[in-house]
Order: sequence, then structure tokens, then C-alpha cells
Amino acid sequence: MLGRRSDLPLDREPLSRFLPWLIAFMVYLAVMALAGALVLNAMVARWDQGISGTLTVQIAPLDPVVPAAPATAAKDEERRLGAALKVLRATPQVARAEALDRTHLMALLKPWLGDGGLAGNLPLPRLIDVELKPGQRVDVAALTKRLRVAVPGVSVDDHRIWLQRLIHLVRTFEILAGTVLVFIALATVGTVVFTTRTGLAIHHEAIEVLHLIGAQDSYVAGQFASRALGLGLRGGVIGLVLAVPTLLVIRYLAAHLEAGLLPDVSLEPAHWAVLVVLPLVVALIAMLTARLTVMKTLARML
Amino acid sequence: MALCCGDAGAERVTIDGVQGVIRFENVGLRYGLGPEVLQDISFALAAGSFHFLVGPSGAGKSSLLKLMYLALKPTRGLISLFGRDIATTARHSLPALRRRIGVVFQDFRLLPHLSAFDNVALPLRVAGVREGEVQKHVVELLSWVGLKDHLNARPPTLSGGQQQRVAIARAIIARPNLLLADEPTGNVDDRMAMRLMHLFEELNRLGTTIVIATHNEGLVNRMGHPCLGLKDGWLEVRESDSGSADQDAVGPFPTSLFKAAESGSESVA
Repeated sequence: MLGRRSDLPLDREPLSRFLPWLIAFMVYLAVMALAGALVLNAMVARWDQGISGTLTVQIAPLDPVVPAAPATAAKDEERRLGAALKVLRATPQVARAEALDRTHLMALLKPWLGDGGLAGNLPLPRLIDVELKPGQRVDVAALTKRLRVAVPGVSVDDHRIWLQRLIHLVRTFEILAGTVLVFIALATVGTVVFTTRTGLAIHHEAIEVLHLIGAQDSYVAGQFASRALGLGLRGGVIGLVLAVPTLLVIRYLAAHLEAGLLPDVSLEPAHWAVLVVLPLVVALIAMLTARLTVMKTLARML
Repeated sequence: MALCCGDAGAERVTIDGVQGVIRFENVGLRYGLGPEVLQDISFALAAGSFHFLVGPSGAGKSSLLKLMYLALKPTRGLISLFGRDIATTARHSLPALRRRIGVVFQDFRLLPHLSAFDNVALPLRVAGVREGEVQKHVVELLSWVGLKDHLNARPPTLSGGQQQRVAIARAIIARPNLLLADEPTGNVDDRMAMRLMHLFEELNRLGTTIVIATHNEGLVNRMGHPCLGLKDGWLEVRESDSGSADQDAVGPFPTSLFKAAESGSESVA
């Protein structure tokens, strides 16, 4: 289709020089929005996979208002931990229940509190990491009730509330990215409609001659459509070529920030494939828009 | 203005019983809210006929031709082309009818960015004829109208007469059933005018119905074909009372070209 001979001098219009650049900018923005949405989506999937099927049982430190000898406090803490583990391991859905030691806790807090040793003086809760058997669910309220009988002040967190909020936030970002993509598509359609109508006006005489010698509307529309496809592809490739280094720079910067705070922002091969298809989609949108615009305009002729 | 074939032969056209290649019944045309430029036009042209369309400037010759080549819709009346009522013919069927009509426009309307070759090739390409066939026929016809050395010239670089010949070649390349020409000899010398007229007669002999709008009374009288006379928006038909035209010496017309072109267009249809 691209190599088709044209009866209209469409490539000599000044608009033909600008259209690829306009499309390039739109494809650049679209690649950014789509890449963001894909990364966030993958992140949510990873979180969901990593978190469902796990529970965290938290045993609050004893009330510091009633001080006890450190040795007694530690012993008491171990006793409460043991009681909680016992209840958990007796629960049929639980595959594994292990207490996190203090060193592990300190490591978790390090990104927030630093290496100052401050955490060592803080009263910290003891945590038990619980893994459920695959596909099993547990009634968190009932489990909490049973645990509290054995160990008062215990709480069970199935991470759902935290995860739901994060998912909600990510979904909002995804909707935003989708909206951006829709706006970009609309802007592409608007730009192509405008340039096609201008082309129709510029070449009105020639189009009328083609019409009068018996050209079907689709013959004329095909010439505009292949021009739009060609310019759209050219613009799309330019946009993609500009977007890829930007994505790589973002990935590099994210990887060199303090790990742990930022999620993994790398794109998987499937994501890259989707991004590469994007210029093609934009070019097809341009082609269809040009075709429909011409068909609609020519339909007004006799 | 004196009409070409003498007022004695004038009579209002009767169209009863004549289906014809083209048939107008009480056709009227007005532009916008203006006065009618054509009023109660009724005529039918039999297949294979040859008519001149004459009349003073502003009589509506070009408007009548525009109605005939489907560039305009009448404001009233009935037009049928090749037996089909235009008013009830679906829009997507009109291109097929237009391909059976060749038009030589008064201002040529060649596409300035295309070479003479590509301009003449347009009707064949639009009809989907194979490029090999296009090449052969276009070169043959352009050679015949004396433009063999200007195949790749663009219209702005050609003289008025050369452009006119390219326009005529474009109108007849697909061997139309109906040829409509608006002042087709306006920019050429008498010898070339007669040569082109004989080209039209040759086409006519091969079955093409021909209508030529012209101011050139000398030419009309020499050719001796019947006239459609337009005056103040009214039409009269006058039969010829002069003898047949003298045969100017012209080379053999490339008739093989049209046989092939016809089979090509049939294969497309």
C-alpha cells in the first residue's frame, strides 16, 4: 500500500513535513503513559502474588509503664511468642509459622531509621511470619480471637487493607494513564482529520477530475489513507526511538536509588512488544481517520 | 445569433419512443435561488449519433454538458443515461456510468503535477486496467495526436494546443460510449482542428455517441452533423442540411487500441 502510485501530489504539501513530528510527539507521550501503566500493573500483580497466602502476627511489647527487669521481659516475650506459635501451628490451614528475630526486624527498619542504633533502644513488637497452605484461606477474625485467648494484645494482619489501598492508588494511576492514551488518540485523530481536510481543499480540482472520470470514492480515499499510514509510521518510529532512551534512563535512575523504597520499574519483554506495536496502532488510526474523512467529504459530491 | 444549420430546419425535439444513450425530459437547472439557466430541456440522443451543441455565450452550453457528464444534478426533470434514471441510481453506481463518458473540458483540467502520459493514463488506472496495457495504449494514442516526444512533459510546459490534445487523449483513451467535448478545437490551428474532428468521427464510426459544444460555425458547417441549439436556456434540434465533411488527410486511427481498451474495461466491470 505504501508503494502505491499516487495521482495527487500529497507528499509535496508542507503539512506532510509536520505531521510525522506531531505524531512522533504523541507516540512519545503514549509510550510513556503506556509504559507507566504496564509497570504499575506488573507491580500490583507481584504484590498480590507475594502477599496473598501470608499473614503477619504482631505481638506488641509489654506496657513500658510497668517496667520489668530486662531478663524477665525477654523471657516473658519468648513465652508469649511460643504460645502464639503453638496456636498458629495447630491451625490446619497454616503451612509455616516462624518468628522473625530481632536482627531481621532491625533490617526492615533500617531504610527508615538508619544505622544509628536508635532502633536498639526502642520497644519493638515481635512478628510472626505465617504462610498458609496453597489455596487455603483463614478466617482472620476467628484466628485473632483464638490467639488473644492464649496471648492478650496480639494482632493479625493479612495485609489486605494495606494492599487494597495500594492497589486502589495504582488503579487510579492506571486510569490516568488510560485517559492520557485516549486523549493522545483523540489528538491524533483530530490532527489527521485537519490535515486530510486541508489536503482535500488543496487538491479539490484534481479530486473533482478523478471523480468525473469515474474514480470511486475509495480510489481517492485510498491515496489519502496510504499517505497517512506512511506519515503515521514515520512519526511513530521517531516517537518510539525518542521514548526508548527516556525509559532506559528512568530505569537506570530508579535502579540506583536506595533500593527497597522504590518498586522494580523494569519492563518485561512482553511490555516492550506492546510498546513497539504502539506506533503501528497510531499509524493505523491515522490511516483509518484519513480514509473516513475523505469518504465522508466525497459523499457530499454528486 | 444565427444557428449553425439554418432556422428552416428547426423543430422542437420529439423524444417519444427514443430511449437513446442520453435522454432529457423537461429538465430545468438553476444555480441557488437564481433564474433558470436551462428550461424544459427535452431531447434524446440515439446511440452512435454525432451532434454539435451551439449557442451564444451564456446560453447554458457548459451547464448542459455538466448535467450530461454528471457534475450537476438538475433542479427538475428527468435525465437518463444508458437507460438508467440518474435520480434513482445509487451514488456508488455513478462512477461506472461516468467511465462510459469521456469529457474534454473547456479548460482541459489536466493535473499539473502529472506528466502527459500519466494524465492520459488516469481513466484506465481508475478503471483498474493492468499497467502493461496502460503503457501500450497511452503511448500509442499520444503518438497519434503528435505528442510522442512529450510523454513525460508536465502540462504547464506544454502549449495550449498540446494541452488540448492531451485532454482529448484522456477523454477517449478508455473508448467511452459517450464523448462530450467543450470547445475541443479552441486552441489549435485549422489543420489540427480538422484532424481532431476526424478523430472524433472515427470514434463515432466505432460506435461512440458524440456531442461537441463549439462556437466555430465554419467547422460545424464543414462537418455537417446535426446541431443542438441553445438560446436563452431553451433547446432546439436542427438536422444537418449540408453535405458530409471533406476528408482531411490523416493517418490511420489506432483502432486496435480501443478494442483492447474495451476488453480491459469489461474485465474490470
